[in-house]
Amino acid sequence: MYVAVKGGERAISAAHAWLDETRRGDPAVPELTVAQIEQQMGLAVDRVMAEGSCHDRFLAALAIKQAKGDLIEAAFLLRAYRTTLPRFGASEPLETTAMRLRRRISATYKDLPGGQVLGPTFDYTHRLLDFALAAEGSECPAAPEAASPVADVPRVTELLAREGLMQREATSEAEPGDLTRQPLTFPAERPVRLQNLARGDEGFLLALGYSTQRGYGNAHPFVGEIRVGHIAVEFTPPELGFPIELGEIGITECQMVNQFKGSRTEPAQFTRGYGLVFGHGERRAMSMALVDRGLRARELDEDITAPAQDEEFVLYHSDNIEATGFVEHLKLPHYVDFQSELENLRTIRRTAEQARQEAAE
Amino acid sequence: MTITVVPPAPSTLEGYNFAYLDEATKRMIRRALLKAVAIPGHQIPFGAREMPLPYGWGTGGIQVTASILGPTDTLKVIDQGADDTTNAISIRRFFTRVAGVATTEHTAEATVVQTRHRIPERTLREDQIIVYQVPQPEPLFRLEPRRMETKRLHALADYGLMHVRLYEDIARLGHIAKAYDYPVMVNRRYLMSPSPIPAFDNPKMHRMPALQLFGAGREKRIYAIPPYTEVRSLDFEDHPFRPIRAPHACALCGSRDTYLDEVITDDAGGRLFVCSDTDFCAERQADSAKEAAE
Amino acid sequence: MTGLTPGFADPALDAQASFRAVLEAMSRPGRIQRTGSSLHLPAPLGQATAAVLLALADADTGFAHDAGAAAEAWLRFHCGMPLVPAGEATFVLATGAPPALATLCQGSEEEPQASATLVIQVAGLAEDEGWHLTGPGIETEHRLRVDGAPEGFVAAWAANRAGFPCGVDVVLCAGDRLAALPRTVMIAEG
Repeated sequence: MYVAVKGGERAISAAHAWLDETRRGDPAVPELTVAQIEQQMGLAVDRVMAEGSCHDRFLAALAIKQAKGDLIEAAFLLRAYRTTLPRFGASEPLETTAMRLRRRISATYKDLPGGQVLGPTFDYTHRLLDFALAAEGSECPAAPEAASPVADVPRVTELLAREGLMQREATSEAEPGDLTRQPLTFPAERPVRLQNLARGDEGFLLALGYSTQRGYGNAHPFVGEIRVGHIAVEFTPPELGFPIELGEIGITECQMVNQFKGSRTEPAQFTRGYGLVFGHGERRAMSMALVDRGLRARELDEDITAPAQDEEFVLYHSDNIEATGFVEHLKLPHYVDFQSELENLRTIRRTAEQARQEAAE
Repeated sequence: MTITVVPPAPSTLEGYNFAYLDEATKRMIRRALLKAVAIPGHQIPFGAREMPLPYGWGTGGIQVTASILGPTDTLKVIDQGADDTTNAISIRRFFTRVAGVATTEHTAEATVVQTRHRIPERTLREDQIIVYQVPQPEPLFRLEPRRMETKRLHALADYGLMHVRLYEDIARLGHIAKAYDYPVMVNRRYLMSPSPIPAFDNPKMHRMPALQLFGAGREKRIYAIPPYTEVRSLDFEDHPFRPIRAPHACALCGSRDTYLDEVITDDAGGRLFVCSDTDFCAERQADSAKEAAE
Repeated sequence: MTGLTPGFADPALDAQASFRAVLEAMSRPGRIQRTGSSLHLPAPLGQATAAVLLALADADTGFAHDAGAAAEAWLRFHCGMPLVPAGEATFVLATGAPPALATLCQGSEEEPQASATLVIQVAGLAEDEGWHLTGPGIETEHRLRVDGAPEGFVAAWAANRAGFPCGVDVVLCAGDRLAALPRTVMIAEG
């Protein structure tokens, strides 16, 4: 006699217990602390904050620990937490010229006001595995410090704009849309597109940005400027009527300079692709800037031929929390639909076989 | 019938609102639900939130259920027709934790049934609501992936694309080859995805006494069918809609008119068929056992 | 803000119960639901009217009304909805003669959901007599008697219904009772 499968509840509990055990790994190895992750896996924390759409280094580090280092899972944990938080209001817009810079480079000028500041970068390191890091307890010598901090650093794009060579961005006092509260609608306004990209999957943005360099979208990008550093976030409580500082967050900004051949109404000039992300995320900010420029095709009256110019394609597929959920949902049972397909296929084959036999007779 | 309702837990999850969602989110979803009922079959975009379960795993259904559920409700959750499939258990657990709501496995005892991929065999009543988990609310998506375009087609009630697609099946295969997620016309106006239920279940949607609500979390759409509303599976006069089921009897209860799962019993072609609706099947088995004993 | 009486005693559960009453009413046009609320309200607000708005209106829903200063202060304190002209409102409350349906938000062919919900406070509601209602949500026919229905409403409703999928949805409130008329319902006078 066939007995239907049961015991799902116990199986789930057992699976979760096993998950906890594998997370801890060999108990002989000391347990990671959240502070260690936050300090020593800082770029992972930055990515999780960006894709988790929530600037909180401690929570992001905790999520990484809980997710066993799976960064998309960690971003998902952070998002699911974020969505339950009460909303007190919106901060004042950030003025990134006021950033406390750690790094600032431009690829369009050899030297410029404020100078080229390399900061803590992998650029120009030789990618040789450093076996010294395998030994624990080695002292890390302090990095040499510049005599004077970086101050008064104008934006490269602003230098161009003053000459009329860089298109000025349209200004608007309108409240920007918010994807965490309203669904995407098309055509999507640029603020909404940028919000989508800022939270988007780094790999997806990277691949799309890359594709624009390879002829899919006809981009001719230059890195006008990359800025990495900290900036104060201010909030104006309605009862006070003036802004108060809430604290500092780390951000990376990229302004990509692109050609624009001009139109009947506008002379040829440069146009901007813009990237702004939480933490230190140059690859993400640059990719975002490339894709942002690609998505401006409609507004700049360019032919839409490439994936990176296709608003619906990009914005509907950039979110790795949505994407991973739907790809992984294929693990869920689908046997009811599969059964329907089976019967359907059997019927089709039977019909075809009958037709073949009738033809043969 | 024995009463198997699990009583509500004394308290809900600490630090979270009743039914998880904050009140502003619930209001937004509730407003969308009311408009959905007023425009049967029309997809309404809503600001779906991240849930603590992944997108694609029922977040739309969960958000709808969380927005309608109250302390006097009794919730049943099924996946593939069964109460004890892992994701159904996980969702039921979620609502027990965050809403402390009573749960049941018996369709007859439920006031709210959340489902993935099936409609219970037992006819739903006026005092029940069924909430469908929907992975892809747009019935035209395989024919036109752009939502800007499909929105326009719905506005014009231009469903020629779908008719052509179904007619091509007939021309090529002799009949319509859509076995699940078979498109329906609601109240003669909107083409609607019934969610990936088998086409076998489509007729149950027609003039159902219960309110039917649909939630797509990842795609951020809500839609609804009011009670007693006309729901027609698309077909052609010379090729009427035919619901498909395996032509067998249930190995457990003997039913010949329910939807069956195929179970592989060995690696030598052995198989048998059992009801997909586990509650319905168990009730039939209990009834026949009682009759045998009398 | 002194002298304002409280809103829902339990904001989560009372809002849920009120919403379910409206959902049931909208799903079964003409069937009368009770909100069962006992709020201390400024005139002319009725129990059902207040419960419906507390449950559904907030800072995201533009609001227009004719209910006077005391009701406005109470509703805006508890719901925080912005006041807008009736032609732009998500919720319109009429305690007297309501504005013409055609002057309210109708939604568009692509977004018919972007239409107004008109809450009309009437003198009384009764089932099994009065109007004959048919349409989605109704097995064969529902009857609904509306005491103090706006003049010319049935004719205006036919025009509203003809605009489907666009159109206004109506919630009728009398005391703690309410009934709803989604844009799909057909009304024939009894």
